[in-house]
Amino acid sequence: MTARLLVRAAGPGVTVQDAGRFGQSRYGVTPAGPMDARAFAAATQAVYAQAAIEVSLGGAVFEAEGASLCIAVAGGAFDMKLDGAQLPSACVLGLAPGARLSIRAGACGAWCYVAVGARLDLAPALGSLSTHARSGLGPKPLAAGDALRLADPAPPPPETLRLHAPWLTGGDAPIRVMLGPQDDYFPPDSIETLLSAQWRVGARSDRMAYALEGPRLIHTRGHDIVSDGAAMGAIQVPGTGAPFVLMADRQPTGGYPKIATVIGADLGRLAQLRPGEELRFRAVDWAEAVAARAALQKEMAAGALLAPLAAGLSTEALLAANLIGGVVNAKE
Amino acid sequence: MQYESPRFLDQGEAALVVEFGDAVDAGINARVLALDRALQRDAPPGVRETTPTYRSLLVHYEPLQISRGDLVAWIESVIARSAGDEAIPDGARWTLPCCYDPAIAEDIREAASLLNMTPGELAARHAGADYRAYMYGFAPGWCYLGGLPPALAIPRRLTPRGPTPENAVLIGGGLSLVATNSMPTGWYVVGRTPEWLFSLTREPPFLVSPGDVVRFAPVDATTFAALEARAAKGEIVARCESCE
Repeated sequence: MTARLLVRAAGPGVTVQDAGRFGQSRYGVTPAGPMDARAFAAATQAVYAQAAIEVSLGGAVFEAEGASLCIAVAGGAFDMKLDGAQLPSACVLGLAPGARLSIRAGACGAWCYVAVGARLDLAPALGSLSTHARSGLGPKPLAAGDALRLADPAPPPPETLRLHAPWLTGGDAPIRVMLGPQDDYFPPDSIETLLSAQWRVGARSDRMAYALEGPRLIHTRGHDIVSDGAAMGAIQVPGTGAPFVLMADRQPTGGYPKIATVIGADLGRLAQLRPGEELRFRAVDWAEAVAARAALQKEMAAGALLAPLAAGLSTEALLAANLIGGVVNAKE
Repeated sequence: MQYESPRFLDQGEAALVVEFGDAVDAGINARVLALDRALQRDAPPGVRETTPTYRSLLVHYEPLQISRGDLVAWIESVIARSAGDEAIPDGARWTLPCCYDPAIAEDIREAASLLNMTPGELAARHAGADYRAYMYGFAPGWCYLGGLPPALAIPRRLTPRGPTPENAVLIGGGLSLVATNSMPTGWYVVGRTPEWLFSLTREPPFLVSPGDVVRFAPVDATTFAALEARAAKGEIVARCESCE
């Protein structure tokens, strides 16, 4: 019998994502890819997967069919249950046929990733499995009743293992930005406001953009620019003066001035904020942004630790886990 | 306005905007496309992807592989080598069949009336020009074309119209546009091409690249239907000169 992952329930915004659809922004193609690349890496590296299912605050329920599956979950502090038994929000588990993994929004975090130790039997679109719902590229968003066919499923672990990815520590330090590229469209007051205000993630936030609620930002040179390319993290300010941050499903070009851009190392942390949660920004220069990027990449390259649930999360326990070989090598 | 020398603007630590001017302009766009072609041919390690737009090139790069300073120096040397050479880089020349029949070109009567001409005059002028693919944007296969005759310049609608038919040929804001998939827009549908500028089921998925030259060849509704049927089977019904 073919191994399949059955979707028993899925809130809105549950999609398949790989690293993203790159190299084709010149044809108007959105990269998509994970909202939180750090958490995506933690889940996929643990089971050597190329793609994962991104679960939104709406949650999802999965069931294995035809084989016992090896599954890694990581992301925000979601409420994970295996047949009703509580699991850590980041772990590697075995899902036996008929058993149910249910994922619901937990204490914090907006996205979590479910990676299956198997190859998803899906046809790539323009070289990628990532769903971009707006342009219809990639698999349709998942819904109850869907089944994902799996090739070459890996055997499940003998017991559930806690997945400790040190780089997923959140913290509420300000989100770091670099000013520009169109900060010269704004008076010094507006830059100061951007960097000093307490912002709130708006209800109208999704994979395309996060709306920011707070003071209005004033333009000095109008709110229309000749369209130019848009990177993830760019903070656009339309005529209303209410900024929004472009996220994974953004259009590849945009026509509003971009006052600042969230640095790569903080994009995942921003993505994990929920509507209603608050944040502040802090400006850094290129060198500091690159240093943060290098530090994050170094942590991720060192890999996550896997430890039996009973071992807890003490340093000694994690080192012991390391010694017994429960280390996932990020480079493989 | 075209700048004397390009501005280098950071969009985060991993994307650099190389801005040649602040307008939609053939000369500015030619410089964008010349740099884009150069980076397509030979980019230093660490350059991941470039996105050409009307007036700037967005260069996505990995700053742990190439520093901003080295990237800027590399781009400046490319620009210096081509200094004085204002020629638009050679692209392919495409001829897209286009049906301007008001039964198919949903907004051509409305647009013609706003431009004080007949639909036939609008069609003749639109099909009489050479266009340059300035950029893609908005959605896959939405190809923005410079070169619209000034007599056809028309402001965009104040409120968007409903979803366009597939493969719509539009005008708005001094530009023309071929829009592969169906979306609401503020532009006017003045024709339809039977060709798919973007198709997932065909290799290559995209026909026209930024910098290519595009012309429209008028076809009647009967021919349009026949070509559309052939295109639906995967045939490329556009003609291409100087394609590799």
